[in-house]
Amino acid sequence: MTMQTTTATTDTAPDELLLPVPDGDGAPFWEYAAQGELRVQACAAPTCGKLRFPPRPCCPHCRSFDSEWRLMSGRGRIWSYVQPHPPLLPAYAAQAPYNVILVELADAPQIRLVGNLVTSADAPLDSMDPARLRIGARVQVVFTEMGGTAVPRWVLEKS
Amino acid sequence: MAATLKDATAIVGIGQTAFAKQLPQSEKELACRAILAALEDAGIDPSEVDAFSSYTMEETDEVEVAKAIGAGDVTFFSKIGYGGGGSCATVGHLAAAVATGQASVGVAWRSRKRGSGPRPWKNTAVQLPTPGQWTRPFGLLRPADEIGMLARRYMHEYGATRDHLFNVAMACRNRANENPAAMMYERPLTREMYMTARMISDPLCLFDNCLETDGALACVIVSAERARDCRQKPVYVHSVAQGLPSQHHGMVNYWNDDPLSGPAWTAARHLWKQADFGPQDVDVAQIYDAFTPLIPLSLEGYGFCGRGEGASFTEGGALEIGGRLPINTGGGGLSEAYVHGFNLINEGVKQLRGISTAQVPDAATCLVTAGEGVPTSAILLRA
Ligand SMILES: [Zn+2]
Repeated sequence: MTMQTTTATTDTAPDELLLPVPDGDGAPFWEYAAQGELRVQACAAPTCGKLRFPPRPCCPHCRSFDSEWRLMSGRGRIWSYVQPHPPLLPAYAAQAPYNVILVELADAPQIRLVGNLVTSADAPLDSMDPARLRIGARVQVVFTEMGGTAVPRWVLEKS
Repeated sequence: MAATLKDATAIVGIGQTAFAKQLPQSEKELACRAILAALEDAGIDPSEVDAFSSYTMEETDEVEVAKAIGAGDVTFFSKIGYGGGGSCATVGHLAAAVATGQASVGVAWRSRKRGSGPRPWKNTAVQLPTPGQWTRPFGLLRPADEIGMLARRYMHEYGATRDHLFNVAMACRNRANENPAAMMYERPLTREMYMTARMISDPLCLFDNCLETDGALACVIVSAERARDCRQKPVYVHSVAQGLPSQHHGMVNYWNDDPLSGPAWTAARHLWKQADFGPQDVDVAQIYDAFTPLIPLSLEGYGFCGRGEGASFTEGGALEIGGRLPINTGGGGLSEAYVHGFNLINEGVKQLRGISTAQVPDAATCLVTAGEGVPTSAILLRA
C-alpha cells in the first residue's frame, strides 16, 4: 500500500523539484510567466473569444485555429487542496507535508490552475501554515525562478 | 440495425493466480497461468482461442501470450487505454467481436507486478510534457494526490466526511476478511486504525488507497449459444459501455465545467439505455476502488443515488452484505488485490455463479465498473 515514488528520475537531480517541460501548445504560458504575466490561451475568432485550458491547437467551441494569450489579473480563489505526505520524490519529500492548491481564476472561474500556497514567491513549498488553507480563500499569483524557469505560485491576497 | 450485445455472449471461464506483495514469476508467466486457468475452468482448449483483449498498460502482449498458450489463428485483438479504466472494456470488446462473428473464443486478462515491480508514476520526470507540466512541478505527483484534490472538494461541497470514506474501506476489508485469496484475509480494520493511519495525501490516508499487488486474472468469453455447452453456468454480458465525457481530463479533471461529474456518468447513460433493468434491480456491485472517494462518485454516476448523495448512501451498512448495495464482495482493489480492477470482473462472475466467499443470496444481476476519474468502462452481468 505504500506508494513509493522515491526512485531518482532520469533527467532531474534527486534534490531538485521538477521543472515544467513545455510542449508547443503550452510554451507561451511559460514565456509570459518569465515576464511575470499570467496569461491564458483564448480563441482569437472575433465571434467566440472563449478561454481554454490546458492549451491546445483548436477551439472546442468554434473550431478556430486562431488563438491569443489573454492577460489575467492573477487573482483567484482556492477551489480545493491536498497535503501530500511521503513517500514522494526526494526533493518533495524534503518539504513534505506541503500543500498543493487548485486555484479558480477570478477572471475565469472555469480555469483552475494547480499551484502551491506559500508565504512569499521564493519561500519553500511548506512555508504556509496548514491551518490557513481554506476552500474559497482569496489568493494572488506570484512568480519564482527555478533552474531558469519562471513558475507561478500563490500567496494569500492582502485584504 | 438490429444487432445488440444484450445477453449475446457470456463469461464462461475465470482464472487467477495467487495475490501477494511479491511473486517469483514474471508478468508473462502470471498472465499465461491465469489464462490457462480460465480456459480450464471453461473446459475450452487453448488452441480454440481466437480473440484477445487487454490493457495498453499490460506488459504482456497478445503475440507473446498467443504463442505461449498455444492459441490457434487469432482473428481479433484489441488493447484498451487508461489503465484501470480499461478493465470492463476488455470484456466489452470481446463481446462485440464474438457477437459479430469476428471470433469465437475470447480471452481478456491483466497481469501485474505492482507489489514488486515498476509503477508508471515512479519516474515522474518522463511524464512532465503535456499534461504533466501543469501539475507535477507543484508536487501533485501521484494518483492519490490527484484524486485527493477532487475528494477534498467533494467533502466540502456535499458534507462528506472521513467517516464516509471509512465506510467504504471497511466494507471492502470486511469482504476480504471472508476471502482466503485476498491479501487482507484475516487482517481486520477498525475505525481507530483508519482514523489514526498515516496520511498519504490529506484528506486521503493509507486505508483510502488500494493495495500494491503481484498477480494476474483472466476470463473467457464465448457466444451465449456455445456457453450452454460449457463446463460452468454461463454469466451473460447484458450491457457494456465505455465513457469519455466531453472536455474530460484523465485523473485531473480540474478543467472540466463540472470536475466532480466524471466518466461514470457517461458510461452509465449508455449502460442503462441498453439494459432491461435499472440500478434499483442490481443485486450486487463491484465498483472500482483504487481510492475510497471513487465509490461515492461512482454510486452517483451509475444512478444508485442522487448527485451529492454518494457519501450518505454508505451509511447504515448499505455497502455490507445484507445492505442496500453490497459492493466489492471479494475485497476489491482496497483489500483483495489491486490488479487494475480485473478482480472485480471475476468476482462479479463468482457472485452470479453463487460461489463467492461473501455470497449475496440469489444474486442474479451485477454491475462491474472500471476506474472512475479516467476514461472508463462498465458491464452489467446477469445470471
Ligand atoms: Zn472559438
